[in-house]
Amino acid sequence: METSDSIIIQTEKLEKIYPLGPAEIKALDNVTLSIAKGEFLGLVGPSGSGKTTLLNIIGSLDAPSSGSAAVLGRRIELLTHKESSRLRNEHIGFIFQTFNLLPVYTVYENVEFPLLLQGIPSAQRRTMVMQALEWVGLAERASSKPAQLSGGQSQRVAIARAIVKRPEIVLADEPTANLDAANSHNIMKTMVDLNKELKTTFIFATHDEKVISYLNRKITLFDGRIEKDEITGTAR
Amino acid sequence: MIAFLWKGIMRDRSRSLFPILIVTTGVMLTVFIHAYIHGAITMLIQTTAHFNTGHVRVMTKAYAKEADQIPNDLALLGTDTLLSSLRKQFPELAWTPRIRFGGLLDVPDDRGETRAQSPVFGFAADMLNGNSPEWNVLNIKNSVVRGAAPSKRGDILIADDLAAKLHVAPGETVTLIVSTMNGSMSVKNFTVSGTVRFGISAMDRGTIIADLADIQSAMDMENGSGEILGFFRDDVYHAEQANDMSIMFNAQHEHSASEFAPVMGTLRTQSGMADYLDLIDAYSGIIIGIFVVAMSIVLWNTGLTGSLRRYGEIGVRIAIGEEKGHVYRSMLVESVFTGFIGSAFGTLLGLAIAYYVQEHGINIGDMMKNSSILMSNVIRARITPFTFVIGFLPGLLATLLGTAVSGIGIFKRETAQLFKELET
Repeated sequence: METSDSIIIQTEKLEKIYPLGPAEIKALDNVTLSIAKGEFLGLVGPSGSGKTTLLNIIGSLDAPSSGSAAVLGRRIELLTHKESSRLRNEHIGFIFQTFNLLPVYTVYENVEFPLLLQGIPSAQRRTMVMQALEWVGLAERASSKPAQLSGGQSQRVAIARAIVKRPEIVLADEPTANLDAANSHNIMKTMVDLNKELKTTFIFATHDEKVISYLNRKITLFDGRIEKDEITGTAR
Repeated sequence: MIAFLWKGIMRDRSRSLFPILIVTTGVMLTVFIHAYIHGAITMLIQTTAHFNTGHVRVMTKAYAKEADQIPNDLALLGTDTLLSSLRKQFPELAWTPRIRFGGLLDVPDDRGETRAQSPVFGFAADMLNGNSPEWNVLNIKNSVVRGAAPSKRGDILIADDLAAKLHVAPGETVTLIVSTMNGSMSVKNFTVSGTVRFGISAMDRGTIIADLADIQSAMDMENGSGEILGFFRDDVYHAEQANDMSIMFNAQHEHSASEFAPVMGTLRTQSGMADYLDLIDAYSGIIIGIFVVAMSIVLWNTGLTGSLRRYGEIGVRIAIGEEKGHVYRSMLVESVFTGFIGSAFGTLLGLAIAYYVQEHGINIGDMMKNSSILMSNVIRARITPFTFVIGFLPGLLATLLGTAVSGIGIFKRETAQLFKELET
C-alpha cells in the first residue's frame, strides 16, 4: 500500500472479526478509506456499527483480522507491542469519554505525563505544557487537582494532554458524552481551533449531533461497513 | 519519570501509607511472635538445665536408669576426684555437684513440739564456695525475698510461699527429716537464712536449698552426690558439643561392668527431653510458619488489590503510549519501596517490643499456679540474628510477589478493550 504525502491514514479491505462462542461477529467488513492530514472527521453510526473498533485499529490499540491499515506509513497489523506503544506515544493523542485524568496529579502533571514518556527535557516540557494549557484556556488552573475541576474543565485538560506532544492524530471516543450542551460546544470549538492552528487530524467516534455538526467529513458506519462517506463542510 | 512516580506514591495514601501500614503490622507481629516463642522455648530449656538436668549430667549408670525417682542410694561416691577429672577434661563447662532429695520439714514451737510441717523437695548445692557456679545457675542472690543467702554451715533457704504457709521467718530454726543413702532416717536442724522465690510455680510451692556439705552429712553421703552437673559458660545449650562430650566420656567408661560407673547424659537425652524439645520445635515451627504464610497472603492480597484499584490509571498510561513492560516495572519498584519501608519499620517495631519483653517479660504466673513444669512464670522474648530477617524477607517478598502476580494482568490486558474499559 502506498500513501501520498497528505494521506496519513489508509485502510484497505479492513476486516475485524471477534469470536463469540461458536459464532463470529464481524465488527468491520471490507472497510477501505483514506484520511488526509488536518481532517476533522467523525465515524458515526449506531452502537455496534464498528466505530470504536475502527478507532482502536487506527490508534494501534487493536490489529485487523484481515486487510491492512497504515497509519503514518506504519502497517498496524505488523507492529509489535513496543512499536504500537511508540506510535501512540509519539504520534497519537487520545481523548476519552470519561476524561480519565490521573487523580493524584495536578493538571500540569497530567498534561506533562506523555512528554515524560518521550524523555523531553524539563525546561522544554514546561514550555509545551503551559502552551497546551493556554490553548485550552486552563493555564491558571495548572496546579489544581482533577477533583477541583468541572466536567468541561476536566475534558479540556484531557484535550491538553492529548495535544501537548503535538501529535499528528487525535482520536476521541464520544468526547462530549458526559458534558452538557454548553460545555460540549466549548470543547468542540477548542478542538476546531486546535485543528486549524496545529493542523492536527481529529477523528471522532460519536453519535452526538452536537459533535457531528462540527465535522467537515462524516463517515457513517452500519454493521461494520461504510455506508456513507460525505464531506459536510468546513469545520467551524 | 522517577520523580513523577514518586509524587504519585507520596500523594496517594492507598499506594503508600496503607500498604506500608499493613506490611509494618504483619512484619511487626511476625518478628515479635518469633522472638517470644523462641524466648519461651529458650527459657524452658534454661530452667530445665538449671534446676534439673544441667547441660550435661554425670551420674552412676544405676542412678541414670531411675533418675526421675532421684535414687540417692545409687549416688556417685568419690565426687571430688571425678569432679577434678571432669574439670580437667572439659574445662569449657562449669561443673558442680548436686543432691536432689525429698523430705519433711518440721517447724518446732518454743517447747520443741511440731508447730507446722510440710513435705519438701530439696536441692543440696555448693553454696559456701564463692566460686561455685550455683550462685549464677540457681540465681540465688536475686531470688532471695527475705533474709539473706546462706553464709555458713547449717543455713537453709526455703521457698517464700512455703515459708508463708509454715509461718516461718528468717532466723528461725527448722528440722529436716530425710532418708539417708543407706535407707535409715536422719534428722537435722537448720537455721532459715532467707526465703526465696524463683518465679517457677512448681518450685515456689515447696522447695528448700541447703549447702551440699550439710546434706552430705545428713544423708551419710560424705564425698558423694547424686549428680554432677555441667553448664556451658555462656549458659547456652550447645547440643552438638554436649553430645560429642557425652560420647567421649561414656566411651571411657563403657567397659566397666560396675553399675556405679559414671555415665554422662545431655539435656536432650535426659528425662524424655529430646522428644519434648522436638515437639516444641515442631509446634513452634508450625505456628511461626502458619503466621508467616498468613502474613504473606495478606501482603500478597494488598499487592493484588493495590494493582486492581489502579486498573483505570494503568489503562490510561498504556493508551497514552507507555509500554506495558515499563508500567509493570514501575509497579514492581513501587512494591519494593512499600515492602522495604514497611518491612524495615515492622522489623524495628517488632524488635522494640521484643526487646521490651526480653527485658521485662510477661508474667503468666496465674496460668502456672498448679503447673509442675520447670518453667519460669515470667516469659521473656529472645532476640536472635534470625529475628532480624524472619519478618523482613517475607514482608518484602510477599508484597513484591503480590504485585508481580497481579501485574501479569497488564500483559494479558487487551488494549482493544481500553476505550470500553475506560468508559466505565
